[in-house]
Amino acid sequence: MFIDPQRCIGCRACVAACRECATHKGYSMIYVDYLDRSETTATMPTVCMHCVEPTCALVCPADAIKTTDEGVVLSALKPRCLDCRNCVNACPFGVPKYNTEMHLQMKCDMCFDRSSEGLKPMCASVCPTGAITFGKYQDIVPLRRTKPVNAHVFGNQKVETKVYLMLPTDADAVEVDGCGVFEGRVMPEQHPGTESWIDLQVEQTDKSNEF
Amino acid sequence: MPTELYSMSKVSNLEQIIADFGPHLHDAPYDGWRANRVIDKVVPTHCPYCAVQCGMNLLVENNHVVGFEPRYDFPVNEGRLCPKGVTAYLQVHHPDRLLHPLIKRNGSFEPASWDEALDLVVSKFKELQSKHGKDSIGVYSGSSLTTEKTYLMGKFARAGLGTRYVDYNGRLCMVSAASANNKAFGIDRAANPWDDIPLAEVLLIAGANCAETFPVLNKFLWQQRDNGGCWIIVDPRETATARQGDLHLQLKPGTDVALANGMLHVLIEEKLIDESFINTRTNGWEDTKTVVERYSPGVAAEMTGVPAEKIVRAARIYGRAKTSMVLHARGIEHHSHGVNNVLSYINLVLATGSIGKPGRGYGTITGQGNGQGGREHGQKADQLPGQRQISNPEHRKHVCQVWDLPEEELPQAGVSVVEMFQKMRAGEIRGLLSICNNVMVSLPDTNEVRRSLEGLDFYACIDFFMSEGSRYADVVLPGSTWSEDEGVTANSEGRVVKINKAADPPGEAKEDWWIVQEIAHRMGREKYFQFKNPREIFEELRIASRGGNADYYGITWEKIERQNGVFWPCPSEDHPGTPRLFEDRFYHPDGKARFHAIEFEPAQETPDEEFPLILTSGRVVYQYLSGNQTRRIGFLVEQCPEPYVEIHPETALKLKVNDGERVRVVSRRGEGVFPVLVVKTIRKDTIFIPYHWGEQLAVNQLTNPELDPISKIPEFKACAARIEKIHSRQLPIVGEKRKGSSRSEFR
Repeated sequence: MFIDPQRCIGCRACVAACRECATHKGYSMIYVDYLDRSETTATMPTVCMHCVEPTCALVCPADAIKTTDEGVVLSALKPRCLDCRNCVNACPFGVPKYNTEMHLQMKCDMCFDRSSEGLKPMCASVCPTGAITFGKYQDIVPLRRTKPVNAHVFGNQKVETKVYLMLPTDADAVEVDGCGVFEGRVMPEQHPGTESWIDLQVEQTDKSNEF
Repeated sequence: MPTELYSMSKVSNLEQIIADFGPHLHDAPYDGWRANRVIDKVVPTHCPYCAVQCGMNLLVENNHVVGFEPRYDFPVNEGRLCPKGVTAYLQVHHPDRLLHPLIKRNGSFEPASWDEALDLVVSKFKELQSKHGKDSIGVYSGSSLTTEKTYLMGKFARAGLGTRYVDYNGRLCMVSAASANNKAFGIDRAANPWDDIPLAEVLLIAGANCAETFPVLNKFLWQQRDNGGCWIIVDPRETATARQGDLHLQLKPGTDVALANGMLHVLIEEKLIDESFINTRTNGWEDTKTVVERYSPGVAAEMTGVPAEKIVRAARIYGRAKTSMVLHARGIEHHSHGVNNVLSYINLVLATGSIGKPGRGYGTITGQGNGQGGREHGQKADQLPGQRQISNPEHRKHVCQVWDLPEEELPQAGVSVVEMFQKMRAGEIRGLLSICNNVMVSLPDTNEVRRSLEGLDFYACIDFFMSEGSRYADVVLPGSTWSEDEGVTANSEGRVVKINKAADPPGEAKEDWWIVQEIAHRMGREKYFQFKNPREIFEELRIASRGGNADYYGITWEKIERQNGVFWPCPSEDHPGTPRLFEDRFYHPDGKARFHAIEFEPAQETPDEEFPLILTSGRVVYQYLSGNQTRRIGFLVEQCPEPYVEIHPETALKLKVNDGERVRVVSRRGEGVFPVLVVKTIRKDTIFIPYHWGEQLAVNQLTNPELDPISKIPEFKACAARIEKIHSRQLPIVGEKRKGSSRSEFR
């Protein structure tokens, strides 16, 4: 899977289509956010990055999160999930959600019922611009003028992912500085004037940790 | 009748109508989200919304549409869809669907039988026509219908009712482009298939927010980019498309002629024009050349607000490219000089000779699903099937022969829809039949539109949801959604595709063509309406269009399925269709294209002291047209629940308004209250409001109904307005949402 933020038009076709995958039961597990609508129309889709060493699985006390041979990190196994939400809190990308009704963690499983049958995941099927593209590295990368990057640095943690971000050609790794929160910096909601109400509205619908 | 009195209004009980018919939000298949479905059939069809006409498969279980599956094998979209397309199937079994004919009694809609409702419609139409003449009934149709239905609506008005007054909602869409294309090329169709887009070195995209209004078209734009191509974007707002443009010309709304003339001036100065093409394949160059002499980059910069340096750079990039295409949409067309705007961009195309070859061309990106097909076969005020003219004796003769109608019975040309509504206010048109439109949202100057509807003696409406407009009807007849009938549409490229039926209409709802034909029968005009199914309508349409510009004679439903669409003109059954026009000749009798010397004229209303801002309107990706379908789907409404007004931070600072605050936006015609979205992506002198909502949320309460003199399109895209701060306790609107409080600890 390849994510190209510059192509994202923020249409959220992926968010709507994610619900349609039979095993997702009407829940969407992909998020699209404005970076800052007051500055730009730029938006960013977030899917599970399918880490090579998935933090969510590492912190799971019940070993409920399995990875397939192809490297797809699945949702928690229903009989094993303990409702502990370790994975929800540990994922550096903020992807898994906890479903209070079903007592189950749910996350992007790359439409396992589709991709295991050779079909593209729903989000990558419908994405109008190719901001989310599903395919083989050798098929996709030569077509693009961007550079695939799959190394992410979160403070001291380095994460390698199966999903690539398509970035400007001088990029090597995506570095995130601990979100500023732990170093006592100002969190965005403390000065809401910098963000537009649309960001917050979308955040409210998309980014809460539960369904 | 004193229609001014609210108590006498045709909508005296608005709350009850909304409670009964919505819009209510609904966001799941009719029987919930289920993983254990047994799908009976997978129906390949197309999206009901915009003119990209993406292919999609509908999943049918037990005669119910329960989901979709990407249609990877359809070449235009290869499975891609926008959020409207993904959720389109949710409208089919929406609880707001109209399931019975409705007759308004004492201000309330009551269910009625088909016989009762149809007989009432027919008796009223007959009564009005016998008292006030045939032309006292108007027919107002739309372009989201299949081409068969649009053909039927034109024939119904002329041969069924015998009225001259028929028009369609493409009048509010791309009709400026249609008129300009006819003037310049002698035919009204986009010149190139979209497969040509990736082959162009440069794309000049004017007034088209492709990202939000034609999301899947971006597939071709990005293929072009991957090939090393470049985009020049002309738009007053930095849309998601403009953000990615190599060059963004952020002009003042309504100044396109000055910009295009300025670019042409540079092309001439720098000898970037194709003299041999101009000499051999065009007329009118000298006049155009003389006019644009005055539009130096400095002059154009002053008129448009675009820096001269950028105009020069755009002209050089466009002029030096070996291959290039010009694409445009409503942004340049919705103006009182919309036709001129389009013609001035066409001048650029003709001057560089960049047309009629792979990767070299031009096209308007039609908006509505069947915006192209809907303007080809005779539901336009002045048109007969096959893009024939109702004023042309030869054309009249041909169509009367096909219809077996005495020629003296075929009415003359009518008037455009805005003028039809003026005639309603004047009492000339006393009855109306409408289908596939929502006048209370989509026509300019909502308050005048309301007066027109209130003044009607009788209004019958065919629709599958109760729209803001149909609330004013005396009879509402429940029609069908796109998945409940079959027929063809023509997408923005001129590719004719086939819509297939997935399931039957719910309740007592009926296929639209059946309803219209039934009215014709009861009017005593059975002779002209003997269609048993849409295929028979298509077969007659093929013959009626034969020999016209939009020649469908060689198109069959089977051929469409076989070829994944057929591009018209297609004059014979062994003809493959015509994806690219103008390879050898244009469609004027001499085979040449025409330049038009266009002088810049400002919008009808320009900012002044009282109204210092330019208000422009447009669309968001989550809603389709008047929103009658999409404003009922939970997912889409959640993403964009209400209209807002985009203001530049500096303008907001001057007005002392904050992001999220509700303000009153006022024009000479009306006012509305909208929340502010402070964004740097808009010009300082311009504000923007999306238009999909009705009643107090309609931006069209403010817009200017001034018409283009040729195309009769209203000036949706530029009027003068001001913003007033409201000092009330309503503020701020988003409250809790603005705090962004986390929900992780509670539910």
